[in-house]
Amino acid sequence: MLAYILRRLITIPFLLLGVASVSFLLSQMTKGDPLAALVPERMMSNPEVVAAVKAEWGLDQPLPVRYVVYLGKLVQGDLGTSFTTRRPVATDIAERLPATLELVVAAMIIGTVMGLALGLLSARFRGSVIDSVARIFALIGSSLPIFWSGLILLYLLSVRISLVPGTGRLPPRVDPPPHTTGFYTVDALIAGDVGLFVQALTHLALPAFVLGWAVTGVITRLVRSSLIEGLSMDYARTARAKGAAERRVLVGHALPNAMIPLLTILGFTFAYLITGAVLTEAIFAWPGIGSYAVRAAASLDYPAIGGVTIVGSIAFLLANLLTDIAYAWANPRIKVH
Amino acid sequence: MTAPLLEMTDLRIEFTDADGNRAEALRGVDLSVDSGEVLGIVGESGSGKSIAMMAFLQLLPRGARVTGSAKFRGEELIGMSSARIRKIRGKAIGCIFQDPLSAFNPVLRLGDQIAEAILLHDRSMSRRTALKEVERLFELVAIPQPAKRIRQYPHEFSGGMRQRAMIAMALANRPELVIADEPTTALDVTVQAQILDLLGDLRKELGIGLVMITHDLGVVAGIADRIAVMYGGRIVERGPTDPLFYNTAHPYTAGLIGAVPTLDGTGALRQIEGTPPSIFNRPPGCSFAPRCTVAQPVCHQTDPALRVTGATDSACHFPLTTVTPEVAE
Amino acid sequence: MTDASQPAAQIAPRRTPGPIARTMRRLPLTAKIGAAILLMWLITVVTVQLWPLADPLQMVGRRLQPPSMDHWLGTDALGRDVFSRTLHGAVWSIPIAIVVVACAVAIGSFLGAISGFFGGWWDTIIMRLVDVTVAFPPILLAMAVAAMLGPGLANASIAMVIVWWPIYARLMRAQVLEVREREHVEAAVAGGAPPLRVLRVHVLPLCWTPTLINATMDFGQVVLLAASLSFIGLGATPPSPEWGSMISEGATRFYNWWIAFGPGMAILTVVLATSFLGDGLRDLFDRRSQ
Repeated sequence: MLAYILRRLITIPFLLLGVASVSFLLSQMTKGDPLAALVPERMMSNPEVVAAVKAEWGLDQPLPVRYVVYLGKLVQGDLGTSFTTRRPVATDIAERLPATLELVVAAMIIGTVMGLALGLLSARFRGSVIDSVARIFALIGSSLPIFWSGLILLYLLSVRISLVPGTGRLPPRVDPPPHTTGFYTVDALIAGDVGLFVQALTHLALPAFVLGWAVTGVITRLVRSSLIEGLSMDYARTARAKGAAERRVLVGHALPNAMIPLLTILGFTFAYLITGAVLTEAIFAWPGIGSYAVRAAASLDYPAIGGVTIVGSIAFLLANLLTDIAYAWANPRIKVH
Repeated sequence: MTAPLLEMTDLRIEFTDADGNRAEALRGVDLSVDSGEVLGIVGESGSGKSIAMMAFLQLLPRGARVTGSAKFRGEELIGMSSARIRKIRGKAIGCIFQDPLSAFNPVLRLGDQIAEAILLHDRSMSRRTALKEVERLFELVAIPQPAKRIRQYPHEFSGGMRQRAMIAMALANRPELVIADEPTTALDVTVQAQILDLLGDLRKELGIGLVMITHDLGVVAGIADRIAVMYGGRIVERGPTDPLFYNTAHPYTAGLIGAVPTLDGTGALRQIEGTPPSIFNRPPGCSFAPRCTVAQPVCHQTDPALRVTGATDSACHFPLTTVTPEVAE
Repeated sequence: MTDASQPAAQIAPRRTPGPIARTMRRLPLTAKIGAAILLMWLITVVTVQLWPLADPLQMVGRRLQPPSMDHWLGTDALGRDVFSRTLHGAVWSIPIAIVVVACAVAIGSFLGAISGFFGGWWDTIIMRLVDVTVAFPPILLAMAVAAMLGPGLANASIAMVIVWWPIYARLMRAQVLEVREREHVEAAVAGGAPPLRVLRVHVLPLCWTPTLINATMDFGQVVLLAASLSFIGLGATPPSPEWGSMISEGATRFYNWWIAFGPGMAILTVVLATSFLGDGLRDLFDRRSQ
């Protein structure tokens, strides 16, 4: 198992290099002038700024040198300066990353719990109305444009019936809890402020549900088919021969076996979640890197877009690595080898 | 006279596959097993030997229609409610399956899987006590280091040890009847012998009834009190073990015995030509007729009934024990 | 695994009774419904100009009117008819998705086939390129490419092709690797046929089934991504009635929910329909190949 994880670890730097190279090439293609990716249009007329940036990024040097400069800065965590916030992109991202992680983790929990529940229901009552309803509910979640379902639910649940608060992570003019993890819900609990925790949680609930619903479809489908496959396996027959009821066979025997494919797919759903987070944050004014990316894209803030892309890819690769490790850990048959 | 432990009368199973084709997998089987008795059921795959046993435990896949009667201690099992039959499965009747690697759940510890068999029938027992009981069972089936073994997963056991664990599970609730479906097929020859010895010893020690299902007459020769030979969804011959071997009535049984290699090398190794009939396309007469070396025209037209033919019962127009077959028109 | 050859081999030559009609008949009900919905949208795309609808680009009523008999889905901030705009939106969204999927299939399958058939350096280079491309979260890569190339539907489409081609490269490579080992291919190679001809005549015709099923499934996802890019402001630009940009207009007018309702439902029906159809096709061919 260790060798397996090491083998996966070795590929990561190469993939990161590939990601960085692609990002570099993209920045060189911007408007046909690499300078456009580093200097805001309104600053272009300022020769001092242009000269300084050119020197800093080696723009008067040939392409390979610029590439090395770019990589060197990347290794030091320098992603350039945002056109819109005029701050280092790395600082902006570091500040906003916890918000996105909190959203994604909450959505992952909701999506997994709903997917497991719906998958269990539809496998237990397969062929019945319950099965159809559960599957269609799950399928609709992954077929809806998330920026639309978020909008409609926000309108229905927040504007019409005030079940949940509006957008953002906290009500306006409420101070966030002292920074420990960056997750407002967790930080509020650490600070012992239950009121603040409830506020953070209610703000988190709807965006996390919308995002979680989007991955429920994939998870439900997988859980359902693994469970049904499990019920037809020899070990299920053995369990029945022991006197286990069908529900017990499902939960006690088919479900533990379904956890392994579930773990594999969680890495895959992470791609979905990042995509969804970008759009969810835009709708819910969630101050994470997703809304940052959307604003950067809309205002053609190239350094910010490039920075988010690289950070997103690193997160993506790490999530896949974690999935592989979890998979190896959960599968007792791999443990030995 | 007390009722037999298990008694099947005219048991029939009909399957309907996804395309709506119907097939009779079992065509009227009569069998009985008494307490403490060992019955061997022998036949090729597709003969219906396993399916008959799975039928009364209601372990058949959906789409199987079971008719006839199967009584356990005089109580009818066919059509019994699933809640009631669950109390019998694993409690009064233990099962040993063919391939213990796939028959055990790969992601659960073996100790827990066997403890489950106990806990399902005794809600008041704690998991710890059940695991202690599993250790004791492991000792009974001669698995070394039981305390360590109960914490391991199925893939960490060798084939023979897994089969021992399977036997331990079947015995967990002191059943009156154990059904062993090809218990030694997946094992090496030397391990096969050990498992057979273990089964023989255990059933003498515990006085349980045992049904041994196998395709290999040699496996049951040494352990069974009586043997039923199945072919094409029917019993073609049944009787006490010795007469079945030495006064064989049915040509198919004779063929099977011919296929048993003898140690002294005198018996020439013969094989039955041809393949068993498909259950979707059965010939009209005796199902063995197409492969039978002594078949007559009548064999291809009427299916013979199972009747007393010498020391055993057999379903053959021209049993080998009576006369040499006359040539019919 | 050898059995997998049979369905593909059977389907290929069976032209006369209409393989599409035959496949359609064997599909489950949900897949038929999906196919019907997609067909209706395709008809809409072709004929919507002829329908008696309000002009999607002109002010035809008062601003921000809720749904009524005159305007079934209300009017937007510029007094345009949302129902008409939604149907006209199909003319943007659906052809774009078709073009993107077609290009991704063409490029991906071509590179995948070369990678699988020739192996060696070709394989290494193409597959490492695939690995790097899929190391990006799809939407971020699409956003980055679209932003660097400049906003607009054409550039957004290029970005989506870049995101999608690796899937088809991997699919086709896996298929080619399997088919390459079959006897008729080895016989053709042994008979001295030039490699490209072997690939074209003996290998590729047997490799398309998974690609086509996947393309059906992906169609809806491409519609979704295209709408997402437009929503962000990197795809279609106003005033074109593209679904994503319509929802984006609706997002700023929270209380006028109907502006976003029509385009959202349109996307939902397309994506659900492709899921239904794709699932049905996959089940049908998976079961046959078993």
